Amino acid sequence: MALGSIKNLHRERQAFLARALFGTVFCLVCSSILIARLFDLQVLQNEYFQTRANENRMRVMPVAPVRGLIYDRHGALLAQNKPAFVLEVVPEQVEGMDTLLQRLSGVVQLTDQDIARFKDRVRKTPRYRPVPLRNNLTMEELARYELDRHAFRGVDVSAGLTRNYPLGASGAHIIGYVGGITEKELSDAPENTYEGLSLIGKTGVEKSHEDTLRGKSGAKIIEANAYGRPLRELDYRRGYPGRNLYLSVDSKVQLIAEQALGELDGAVVAIDPRSGEVIALVSKPGFDPHLFIEGIDVKTYKALSNDPKRPLFNRALQGTYPPGSTVKPAMAMAGLEYGVVTPEDGVYCRGEMSLPGSSRKYRCWKRSGHGFQDMVGGVMRSCDIYFYELAIKLGIDRMHDSMTRLGLGHKTGVDLPLEGSGLFPSREWKLRRRKEQWYPGETLNIGIGQGYTLTTPLQLAQMTARIAMRGKGFKPHVVYATQDAITREVTRVPPEPLEPIELKDNHNWQRVIDAMIDVAHGAGGTAARIGRDSPYRIAAKTGTAQVAAMRQDEKKARSLESTPLHLRDHALFVAFAPADDPKIAVAVIAEHAGHGGSVAAPIARQVMDMYLLGEVRYNAAAKPAAAAPVATPDADGHVHDEDVED
Amino acid sequence: MIAEVIYRVRRGGPDKPEPGMADLLESWHIDMWLLLLLATVAGLGMFVIYSASGHSIPAVVNQAERFLLGLFVMAVVAQAPPEFYRMLAPWLYGLTLLLLLLVEVIGDHAMGAQRWLDLGFIRFQPSELMKLAMPMTLAAFLHHRRLPPRPLTLLASLVILGVPTVLIMVQPDLGTSMLVIAAGGFTLFFAGLQWRWILGALAAVGAAAPILWERLHDYQRKRILTLLDPESDPLGAGYHITQSKIAIGSGGLFGKGWLEGTQAKLEFLPEAHTDFIFAVFAEELGLISVLVLLSVYLCIVGRCLWIAVRAQDSFQRLLAGALGMTFFIYVFINIGMVIGLLPVVGVPLPLFSFGGTSMVSLLAGFGMLMSIHTHRKLLAN
Repeated sequence: MALGSIKNLHRERQAFLARALFGTVFCLVCSSILIARLFDLQVLQNEYFQTRANENRMRVMPVAPVRGLIYDRHGALLAQNKPAFVLEVVPEQVEGMDTLLQRLSGVVQLTDQDIARFKDRVRKTPRYRPVPLRNNLTMEELARYELDRHAFRGVDVSAGLTRNYPLGASGAHIIGYVGGITEKELSDAPENTYEGLSLIGKTGVEKSHEDTLRGKSGAKIIEANAYGRPLRELDYRRGYPGRNLYLSVDSKVQLIAEQALGELDGAVVAIDPRSGEVIALVSKPGFDPHLFIEGIDVKTYKALSNDPKRPLFNRALQGTYPPGSTVKPAMAMAGLEYGVVTPEDGVYCRGEMSLPGSSRKYRCWKRSGHGFQDMVGGVMRSCDIYFYELAIKLGIDRMHDSMTRLGLGHKTGVDLPLEGSGLFPSREWKLRRRKEQWYPGETLNIGIGQGYTLTTPLQLAQMTARIAMRGKGFKPHVVYATQDAITREVTRVPPEPLEPIELKDNHNWQRVIDAMIDVAHGAGGTAARIGRDSPYRIAAKTGTAQVAAMRQDEKKARSLESTPLHLRDHALFVAFAPADDPKIAVAVIAEHAGHGGSVAAPIARQVMDMYLLGEVRYNAAAKPAAAAPVATPDADGHVHDEDVED
Repeated sequence: MIAEVIYRVRRGGPDKPEPGMADLLESWHIDMWLLLLLATVAGLGMFVIYSASGHSIPAVVNQAERFLLGLFVMAVVAQAPPEFYRMLAPWLYGLTLLLLLLVEVIGDHAMGAQRWLDLGFIRFQPSELMKLAMPMTLAAFLHHRRLPPRPLTLLASLVILGVPTVLIMVQPDLGTSMLVIAAGGFTLFFAGLQWRWILGALAAVGAAAPILWERLHDYQRKRILTLLDPESDPLGAGYHITQSKIAIGSGGLFGKGWLEGTQAKLEFLPEAHTDFIFAVFAEELGLISVLVLLSVYLCIVGRCLWIAVRAQDSFQRLLAGALGMTFFIYVFINIGMVIGLLPVVGVPLPLFSFGGTSMVSLLAGFGMLMSIHTHRKLLAN
């Protein structure tokens, strides 16, 4: 109380009032700061923060489009989508993958192959993406998993569609297969193309027509909470299913071609010369496309890709072979066209010849010689000497020009991936690639389809088709129509005509075709065995392509059996039918199988039978009986030759 | 102008209203205006709590119960005359100091800090009590002394202020210790502390900041750093601030509508119904409503200062002024934190946030204010 006496209450009160006023001002200033900031956030930056808030809550959930179906030309299903339950694991969410896999194997059946494939894919996929572990769960496995699902963190079952090929390995080289999208494929594609999708076409039509088959991803805009749990659908963006494809392939003909080739390795290509539509395209050995959809593991893939027979290699498109004698009709036509020979001009075949000033011998396949051969004889009996002489007269430049015009040595442009271009040599090519001059002797070998020449079976079929159409031609193609999956509206893929080959004398087409008809139907024709009982007329040419060069001192042709398999000749055959109204052109190659007339021609005949007659009438065993009446003119021994020919 | 105000204060405020509700309540020692303003804030708060808690009726009921308990405490506190609290102050101060020491020894840990005292029947933070005890004690201490305080008085005041502050700081609870300093500081400020001391103290704090920084816990430093650049770590320490700013900013002028705020509903905004409730309010109801709420808060502070100006002795003046200003500081710190102007400290929005001790202690403080306002002696100076 002593101090109180000194207190000046009035002054204190006044001082307090001043402080209270100051306090008020302080509060107002502080509030103004808050309001200024709030104004900045809520008014000036309002739009920005609204966007941020929406980004927070909205998730785009892609909706995968249904992939288009693939049918053959008659509507038989070649590729479809099947519902499947897939057990998936998100590696990022798993602690201790091995223990998890072990525990999972108690619930669903997991083979070593499943696990190996899974681990392989885990390495290749971003860690936050689900990796399929087991496809096609059974209902029982699904139920067992659902019971215990809380115990498996990072594991989920997704119900989706998987690709299925009802015909299995048949047509696998045309249809191709789909497989998991790789990171590279994803980054190469335009953004958002593969939203929600996990499969992409890897080979065949599945790859080349990927854009048509895929469709357009839709999306659901989902409102999700901070933990990513979807709460409700805000918006829906419609996608569109992929288009169905109708292939020009006739799966019955395809199957016959595959069966006809049997255990042989090789290729069969059949195209419709009137449109370029591919009727059948076989490459043997084949493979089961389903291996790839489920994600192939390293071991199986290595086994497939290291298989010396290369089942994944599409021989019909990628395989390049010496065409052998199958180029002879085209050679004959070049000779006529350039006027270096007339059909009547002849050559005397002694079984061998040599160039002036050279000791090197050029042999005919028939060591005893064919005697005098004109153009028809040269083609029909496949006399090498005739074509050596013709090659000399034409020269490499003109041969190159005319063969290239018929489609050899460059891609046909078929709508399938990985087509090989083959090679038809030229002076310019040799200088560029081999840094060497062209030697005249090389021209001779090129004249009988040997030497540097390499062609794909598809090119041979295309060449045959163009001869059949007398110079007209179409780009070979596999897809002949597409269909909207919803409206079912079918859009025809129109044939793409190529620039026609104009000859100075159009009769030359018929002259060459007549010679080809004689190959199948003429006396001593190298393909007489398939022409004999044929209800339609066939124009054809056999071929045997040397794999190993024959040594100069070899006097006799080696027998097939005594040659190691990988050095045995390839059997080739090209044909079209009916000869006067061509509907199908076929090229067959059977690797290391020996002679074209005996091995490849019957395969082509069965394919043509199936396509033209709807059934295979050709009967190899019935040959002697059927042959008897026609064989009479063959008394000169050509029937025998036919079996060893060319 | 000041003379005008002084005249009015002497006359007993603006023109005396007709006897009515206000007078009736006043006879029960309740200030109608404060009551209305406090109820407005708490009522608004409950609507937002309902939205921010994910439509939880129990949360709202819980909050209402707590508010009613607080009002009851307030009414009880208001019944005793201010002199009682002046007598009580040193005892309350001593007890609270004891409890703070007790916390040091047997307190519960939470987030690396020792704050809670479990008395068996109730768990509470003694530091919360100090927010009330501090201005009471200082006001009581300065009541008889000559003001502005002379150096010796000031030194004694600083000891009274310093001891519990340090005890709270070492818990460590930087936020509460700052609030206790604010409560004591405002008492001294209203006691007429000379500007040179005030400015000197502020300068000293500025100079000591680096030393203080050294002594801060990691999580405290992180909060301050986060404030400077919240987007540097949007999923870590900056997450609160970033999400809170998104909530407020996306609200705009008029808000997204009650119950329509996405940030809280979808759980992007953490602590949506407690410390960050202001963000929900701003998101759902917009800047306009924010201004209304701020105005209500300012009215409360204004009413407190008005009560202080009209108070009859130093103790009452200082206490009323300090309580009013501290209340404003709570509001300022909370909103400042939620809009990213101040570091994240655990200060709820007074009477608005869902939560415990602070509601009751705040309303107890308002009870003292009402006591000051309604126990007026008809004495001439």
